[in-house]
Amino acid sequence: MKISDQNSYWKTNLKYLAILLTIWFVVSYGFGIILVDELNAIRMGGFKLGFWFAQQGSIYVFTILIFVYIRLMNKLDKKYNLDS
Amino acid sequence: MDLQTWTWILVGITFTLYIGIAIWSRAGSTKEFYVAGGGVSPLANGLATAADWMSAASFISMAGIISFNGYDGSVYLMGWTGGYVLLALLLAPYLRKFGKFTVPDFIGDRYYSNVARTVAVFCALIVSFTYVAGQMRGVGLVFSRFLEVDINTGVVIGMIIVLFYAVLGGMKGITYTQVAQYCVLIFAFMVPAIFISVQMTGNPIPQIGFGGQDANGVYLLDKLDGLHRDLGFAEYTSGSKSKLDVFFITAALMVGTAGLPHVIVRFFTVKKVSDARKSAGWALLFIMILYTTAPAIAVFSRTNMIETVNNQEYKNMPDWFTTWEETGLLSFNDKNNDGKIQYLADTSKNELIVDKDIMVLANPEIAGLPNWVIALVAAGALAAALSTAAGLLLVISASVSHDLIKKMIKPDISEKGELVAARLSAVVAVCVAGYFGINPPDFVAATVALAFGLAAASFFPAIILGIFTKKMNKEGAISGMVVGIVVMLFYMLKFKFDWFGGGTKEDWWFGISPEGFGTVAMIINFTVSIIISKFTPEPPKEVQEIVANIRIPSGAGNATH
Repeated sequence: MKISDQNSYWKTNLKYLAILLTIWFVVSYGFGIILVDELNAIRMGGFKLGFWFAQQGSIYVFTILIFVYIRLMNKLDKKYNLDS
Repeated sequence: MDLQTWTWILVGITFTLYIGIAIWSRAGSTKEFYVAGGGVSPLANGLATAADWMSAASFISMAGIISFNGYDGSVYLMGWTGGYVLLALLLAPYLRKFGKFTVPDFIGDRYYSNVARTVAVFCALIVSFTYVAGQMRGVGLVFSRFLEVDINTGVVIGMIIVLFYAVLGGMKGITYTQVAQYCVLIFAFMVPAIFISVQMTGNPIPQIGFGGQDANGVYLLDKLDGLHRDLGFAEYTSGSKSKLDVFFITAALMVGTAGLPHVIVRFFTVKKVSDARKSAGWALLFIMILYTTAPAIAVFSRTNMIETVNNQEYKNMPDWFTTWEETGLLSFNDKNNDGKIQYLADTSKNELIVDKDIMVLANPEIAGLPNWVIALVAAGALAAALSTAAGLLLVISASVSHDLIKKMIKPDISEKGELVAARLSAVVAVCVAGYFGINPPDFVAATVALAFGLAAASFFPAIILGIFTKKMNKEGAISGMVVGIVVMLFYMLKFKFDWFGGGTKEDWWFGISPEGFGTVAMIINFTVSIIISKFTPEPPKEVQEIVANIRIPSGAGNATH
């Protein structure tokens, strides 16, 4: 693998990490902790929204994030022929 | 059939299953002993990781803690799942590519130093021993309540089972027993939850049920908030901890999770880098099932418990009340002599003390579920405790036989000799763990937070910097780890054990609790490492090439010495 390829592969990976970790931060620390009181004013059935993010929503999003990352990286590996 | 017969049958069947798997998957080489031969499928590894991770604390205590703390309990839910995102994105793929047996292996090689390796071994041992003590206590608790044997006998039975399959099968045996244990524990956790959800809200899915309405059309969470207000507790959905502390505790648990050696080592058992990512995804999916159900159980059991006991005649209490009183985990003191139970936030008037550990175990009884469901919960709790204990014992034995003996004391030891050493250290580790289970030190509960704080303060920064910066050198990493651990230990000892003059809540630095201090110690570690590395020689060329190499997934090869 060429050095330039290595670098662009790594850069793309870092870009994915930045995007996914931003979402990770927003749903848990953002919605579940920092903005919890504001979101609790909104109701979703029997749940206050902030409480729901802290005890349910953030966990679902975490799981989805990992599967999105798996997909993105599998595609990226294929593009650079690293999926051996 | 009565409860005890059901429990003996279910516990007997599951234990026979674990032993059967152990005999079938004996380890013949060090590679099989440390990393299960390196060919575990991502799905099986995800199941095993979930069981490895979900301990007696997750199964028995977590829903109870949430049911007593409401919103504040969210720190465990987010903290103990969010760490998997960090693991999958920042650690697992690269550590798998690196291809060694243990976490100290990575630290020692990446930082080209046996001092770094020794520091890492020391951290791995402390973290794992504090954790394993809690598991053995969980085993003893279940045995004493459900099988009415002495707690000590219970611990000894648990020790013998773990000893058998961990020593015989190593990682290979542990992996496949953990797969079975996940199935047992998740079934045992879900069945009562579904029963109770239907009973209380008419909805069979607990995750939706706890946002549903009771028979009178009142939302369950509103009803519980109301009950809490009436009894003088903080509102269930709001909690009472400061926002800053909630933030720091959540971060410490997340980062600590990602730094725990017994979790990281599971990702060494798969064939290639993409499998490591996949196993992390599967693992969190399987963990999610339990972690999103736990807050529902918390709400159901809290509501049920308050409605069953508060302002009711003591003499009319159901059987479970007296059985749990006998274990000492539930106690009633009729302060105003009216023969009724008053359950209140005000400690001078409150007459009932409920240990949080019994909420999950007593929940099916409080809801009046059939005996086989209650017995199932006992088998599930044992599966959760044993699977985690086995994973931890393996880390301990690998630290001794591989990192200490093979890598430092006696590098020319034969494969066979190393395997004997690994098995012997597993035996010693089981005995030490059993000792802690029989004589539970007061500090068990306090030190679980220490385990996460230590992992966050030591391993996490060293591993992240080792992967994401080529220039991080041994001087930086070692001083970061040492300063991180020392600061963390100091803070815990000061505020949890009253050393160095002790201190109360008012003296906490920036209002951060010892549980949340791991985040601060982690930041200190990062800062110290980066500053020191600027003023010391950069790592040798070969090491920088290793870093470039672990970032590229192809050609992961097999885990080697």
